[in-house]
Amino acid sequence: MSDIATSKRVIPDRLGTRTSRILASWEVLLFGVAVLIFVFNALASPYFLNAWNLSDATFNFTEKAMIAFAMAMLVIAGEIDLSVAAIIALASTAMGAAAQAGIGTPGLVAIGIGVGLACGAFNGLLVAGLKLPSIVVTIGTMSLFRGISYIVLGDQAYGKYPESFAFFGQGYVAWVFSFEFVLFILLAISFAILLHATNFGRQVYVIGNNEFAARFSGIPVERVKFILFLMTGLMAGVAAVCLTSRLGSTRPSIAQGWELEVVTMVVLGGVSILGGAGTIAGVVIAAFVMGLVTFGLGLLNVPGIVMSIFVGLLLIITIAVPIIARRIREMH
Amino acid sequence: MKSLLKNREILLTGIIALMVAGFSTRAAGFATPANLANIFNDTSILIILALGQMTVILTKSIDLSVAANLAFTGMAVAMTNAAYPELPLILLIVMAIGIGAFLGAINGYLVWALQIPPIVVTLGTLTIYRGMAFVLSGGGWVNAHQMAPSFLTIPRLAVLGLPVLSWIAILIVIGAWFVLTRLPFGRAAFASGGNPTAAVYAGIDIGRTRFFAFVLSGALAGLSGYLWVSRYAVAYVDIAAGFELDTVAACVIGGISIAGGIGSVAGAVLGALFLGVIKNALPVIGISPFAQMAISGVVIVLAVVFNARAEKKAGRIILRDRAAPENKTEGASA
Repeated sequence: MSDIATSKRVIPDRLGTRTSRILASWEVLLFGVAVLIFVFNALASPYFLNAWNLSDATFNFTEKAMIAFAMAMLVIAGEIDLSVAAIIALASTAMGAAAQAGIGTPGLVAIGIGVGLACGAFNGLLVAGLKLPSIVVTIGTMSLFRGISYIVLGDQAYGKYPESFAFFGQGYVAWVFSFEFVLFILLAISFAILLHATNFGRQVYVIGNNEFAARFSGIPVERVKFILFLMTGLMAGVAAVCLTSRLGSTRPSIAQGWELEVVTMVVLGGVSILGGAGTIAGVVIAAFVMGLVTFGLGLLNVPGIVMSIFVGLLLIITIAVPIIARRIREMH
Repeated sequence: MKSLLKNREILLTGIIALMVAGFSTRAAGFATPANLANIFNDTSILIILALGQMTVILTKSIDLSVAANLAFTGMAVAMTNAAYPELPLILLIVMAIGIGAFLGAINGYLVWALQIPPIVVTLGTLTIYRGMAFVLSGGGWVNAHQMAPSFLTIPRLAVLGLPVLSWIAILIVIGAWFVLTRLPFGRAAFASGGNPTAAVYAGIDIGRTRFFAFVLSGALAGLSGYLWVSRYAVAYVDIAAGFELDTVAACVIGGISIAGGIGSVAGAVLGALFLGVIKNALPVIGISPFAQMAISGVVIVLAVVFNARAEKKAGRIILRDRAAPENKTEGASA
């Protein structure tokens, strides 16, 4: 979905140090929003400022954020994967079936991650291999992956997971720091290094900014895109392990609608939906913002579907505000 | 190009005919006119929504909020009907179209004036509109006994052998064909998706065209809101959840290019009927209805592969590929 050509042409100011300054200011702005929400929550609810409550709040976003890191790279490269939530459903269903057959925790984790990788490879093959538009392909595979879960489970559920499996979603590494939160931090650091400090990360930006230039400079565009889809599938598999472990059961409707929340997180984090720009730091802050908003609203007894209104508004407003601000600047 | 599109529609018609013939060997009576009319009636709402979606996709956009729009409008109309049963039905229908068009206009305005990518806008409004349906109803249901008799019976009324619902779909198919092939708006829609840069040079206001495409899609979603609530005789927050993907699927199967500018009304209708036939055939041939989602997924993926080949043969993909990076930088900086 690229944008329209208007008669008012503007010279792109994306390259150079000015861009990095603008990007930095986006993250700073977002950080300010996060702090504001934090303060507001602390004032609005007496239960908010409590180490264990705050630790619980992180479960709202850690699993989604893991996927959002990989999705951010995919979006920066100019593609999108709407099938991530469906991959979670399929991976969770596979793990449930395996648990029913008596497979132990290490096997379950391997199966969850393996299914995620396989789904990612399937998407990657269709998009990078056959050069198909990722938005429709992943709408199709989203239906396919979750559809398989529905065929396997129908209106049933898997629930018998081994006790040691509960660690991934319910265990704590130290004091209030849950396994999921520690994993989230480690993944954030790894993805930040991968995107901002490696050749591979640089290639992702080049592809997103100008795929043709990327091709001419010898970047294996298809291979990079395939790896990105593989990574997104992998992260969806990891998220499936965490979520399944946390819930302790699997239904085919598990993680329904998460693809939208993950994309919202990515866009809110300042990643351009048109590709070519964005940082992992932005996504991390966006994860905290969304987690704090939903947790704070939850403490105020706001129902989940009303929270989704806030998330939708947040998505549109955060994109619209810089555009409106630029308009106003241009008028003067 | 023209003959290729024709082939596509003939091919799809052939596949649907083969499917119907195949299913009728398993279940006698599947291919009877009465059952086929029933399938058409059952698919009417999808056809109406697919035509709106198609118009939006033609302009190189996408409307993921149609199902949420349908849910909100359906709820609003059902609650109005429950509260004021004496209001004439025509007023409720006008209200449904009006609310739907307004919600579509919000999408269109954000895409047009603020130049936010359509997928982002409609992802956002999808959650907002459905959330508003919850706020409006407080999570409650409007059941059949709360609705006025005329509200429920008129779409079921048989006229010349077909229910009014089917006739509404037929009228909208004809209307969409007329708007897209005989009016300047239709040509602008094709042009702004096929080659946006050329469209601008030809004096077409792409933003305005997209805006009206979203309004049209919203209006049809609003009308479908009433039709849906009336057909299933119940309104609740989650009606038609995920149905936006079915409308996109119908378009993709019907050969409408997601990159914009390519497609036909007949394609969208056949794409919707294809899904409708499968949906109605599954229980008849003894496959679990839970398999429907996976089958749709496979069909969408196959259709995308097929579309890409058809578009490549036409040689237009080269033009579009060259225009794409240029548009991208404009979109980011404009």
